Amino acid sequence: MSPTAKPLPKIKAIGKKAKEYKSEVKPIWCKGCGHYAVLAALTKALAQLELEKENVAVISGIGCSSRLPTYTRLFGFHGVHGRALPVAGGLKVARPDLTVIAVGGDGDGFSIGGNHFLHACRRNVNITYIAMDNEVYGMTKGQASPTSPSDWDQSKLTPHGTGVPALQPASLALGSGAGFIARGYFGDPRQLTDLIVQAIKYDGFSFVQALSNCITYVPEQKVWKQRVHEFESQNNADPIPTAADIQRDDGFGLGVIHNADHGAWMPEHPETQDEKLELEQMKSSFEL
Amino acid sequence: MSSIAIAGYGGTGVITTGQLLLKSAAKSGFFGLAQRSFGPQIRGGESLSLLRFSEQQVLSPDDYYDLVVLLDTDHVARFRGELPLNVDSTVILGSIGAKVPDFVTESGAQVVEYPLDDLSNETADGGENIVVTGLVGYYLGLELKVLVSIVQKHFAHKTELLSKAELWLASGWEFAKTQKRSLNISLDVGQSDKSAESPDWVINGSEVCGYGALEAGVRFVAAYPITPASGILEWMAPRLERLGGSLIQAEDELASINMIIGASFGGVPSMTATSGPGLALMTESIGLAVASETPLVVVNVMRGGPSTGIPTKSEQSDLNIALHGLHGDAPHIVTAMLSIADSAYTSGWSVWLAEHLQVPVITLSDQSMAQSDASISEPTLWPEKAERLYAAEAETPYERYALTHSGISPMAIPGEEDMMYTADGLEHDIKGTPSAATEVHQEQLAKRAKKLTQFDYGTDWAEIQGEGDKVILCWGSVSQVAIDAQQRLGKGYKVIALRLLAPLQVDALREAIGEARQILIVEQSHGAQFRAWLRAHMDFPCPHISLALPGPLPIRPRQILKVFAQFEQLATEVEHVANC
Repeated sequence: MSPTAKPLPKIKAIGKKAKEYKSEVKPIWCKGCGHYAVLAALTKALAQLELEKENVAVISGIGCSSRLPTYTRLFGFHGVHGRALPVAGGLKVARPDLTVIAVGGDGDGFSIGGNHFLHACRRNVNITYIAMDNEVYGMTKGQASPTSPSDWDQSKLTPHGTGVPALQPASLALGSGAGFIARGYFGDPRQLTDLIVQAIKYDGFSFVQALSNCITYVPEQKVWKQRVHEFESQNNADPIPTAADIQRDDGFGLGVIHNADHGAWMPEHPETQDEKLELEQMKSSFEL
Repeated sequence: MSSIAIAGYGGTGVITTGQLLLKSAAKSGFFGLAQRSFGPQIRGGESLSLLRFSEQQVLSPDDYYDLVVLLDTDHVARFRGELPLNVDSTVILGSIGAKVPDFVTESGAQVVEYPLDDLSNETADGGENIVVTGLVGYYLGLELKVLVSIVQKHFAHKTELLSKAELWLASGWEFAKTQKRSLNISLDVGQSDKSAESPDWVINGSEVCGYGALEAGVRFVAAYPITPASGILEWMAPRLERLGGSLIQAEDELASINMIIGASFGGVPSMTATSGPGLALMTESIGLAVASETPLVVVNVMRGGPSTGIPTKSEQSDLNIALHGLHGDAPHIVTAMLSIADSAYTSGWSVWLAEHLQVPVITLSDQSMAQSDASISEPTLWPEKAERLYAAEAETPYERYALTHSGISPMAIPGEEDMMYTADGLEHDIKGTPSAATEVHQEQLAKRAKKLTQFDYGTDWAEIQGEGDKVILCWGSVSQVAIDAQQRLGKGYKVIALRLLAPLQVDALREAIGEARQILIVEQSHGAQFRAWLRAHMDFPCPHISLALPGPLPIRPRQILKVFAQFEQLATEVEHVANC
């Protein structure tokens, strides 16, 4: 089918409930995992936006948080480690009528999938990316991730800590050209829901870093509750002060970090498209 | 029949010469092939146009070159292996006093010196390649007015050069005429029987491959640039958008394969094109397409490997990775284009198979086809647009991976009400829910294998030429060399050229081999990969010899003839004749 054949998403004016978007499948997540709250915030956001379930696709890679699509009643794609963003980008370009949301963790998104993150930011296809950041590889049982503090020494794989500074996703996103960057916290579901709503509504690539604690491997993340604060922004539409604000921030500032209207990118198509005629012309170009 | 090679250096434009001669000969009713060989440099390196003309369709190189024009003699020795000469060959040096390369002297070929550089300098700087077009055109017996019309067309958008080009062309033509030298390469122009076949299409291997995929329904492509596959993508990009489709240049091959997985999940037939190193990067996600049953096509244009290898030269050494590169038990389809003329058919068929069977198809081409031009009879095209088995109406709950008789399960695409499911690379049950249960794994493994093994591939699995009990088994571009050899060998020889490599059609192949007395397996790889694949599935009824020669040199018909001439002796002494 042609990518333009589908009608625009139907937005019915009847109220939606978050639970309509959840499946019957019981999550594999540990009791107390932050991801439950992110799943709840996502489904609440979809309900607020009154999106039809069949017109939303949730795409993920590998990791604890990447299990999320199965827990929704949406079209889902659970792919390989690190590649959620290209799957999501390909789907959106082929099917612009869909709302496409990529989800995953910090290892999936910023380590193995790091290159795709940079290019998704600069390509600016109209998709939303929610990275559940718990600073650890949970599914492989507790190794340091790119966002782990350099002195976090609780993994047997890096017994002295990584010794490498933690990566700052918001900074990376800004430097790569993302137009919408937000940071939420699983412990503030109301704000997180609101940030996801704004991200989905944003016309272009939108990035939400969702601080989501790992109760099992980094229980000390309980102190995040005391550490989070409002992100101090001078002018979040302007990338120049925003770059300074991100550097000044301790990584726990919550809210919309950057919101600039770049206009989403989509491949261009010429207006006249008579498929049969075009194919005939291609064929005749081979004729002697 | 005549074979001509033109070697140049530093942007002399010998590839253009080849294309102009190919088109002029085609206009005059003759078939031709124009292959390219490049040094490793991006610009200013040596390049070689390798031409063959005939009254019949020719899609592979001959044994020796009748005429070689050397516009460069300093660096051409690097191509010596690609320029087989004998005492009947003529070598024209493009300037007076040029040093004769040693390999030319050793071959016993006649050498003549022509001041081709002066001929173009008399008119303007450059243009040597157009002078050569006139010169070779004369020797081929082509009419000047045909050459002029083709050159005019070529320079249509460079009008400032057109009048000079016509002068260059005429000066080459006139010079050849004054030399009164007969080169014995003349085509039978003007005398050819009107009922004889003549070419209908002038094509490039990459372009027809892309065209076949578009005709079969591909509307999304994501890819990363790589030699020698980029030609397919560059041809498709502006055409795909006119069909309402899209092409994305991805950040790497990991992204391109996953982008097409996403697009195909969305219901749009999708493909990518790459070469060995890119295919290696894609293999994990091709496995994902197997597990999630996402249709897609990967066109792999083979070049010399392993690693970066020889990017500009042809080889058939990616067969192993195409067959075995995926981890786990991952049934998928591997097809191969059998010639430039077959490219559109095989790419179309591959798209159809991928969509119909909800499976990734790796279709193999190679540099010798993708970067060549040819004039051909109108080729057979794959006749059907691909159609997926879509989930027709809501059956609640929808079971994406339902166990069916054929193994093919109806597929819902996003947007279908009440048909939501999650496609998964994790082993999953019929609904798509992840499961590590033994019976679920066994059921789904069997389902994915069954849908490929039970399908009836008809007669498309191979092209069979000739009848006899001496059998040549081959695949891909080498098939054309095998057919050429078979025509020279005459009665009693049969070529079985495989278009479908996986799943291997063992029963059909066994039947085609029949009561063979001699089997020769020909392939362009050092490791005899094709032979190993065949032998893993079957025993042969008779002695067999493997002629497995690596690139970058093309396999030539005489090498096949030579093995058959000594078959009895070779078959008792050795089984594997490398570098024969």
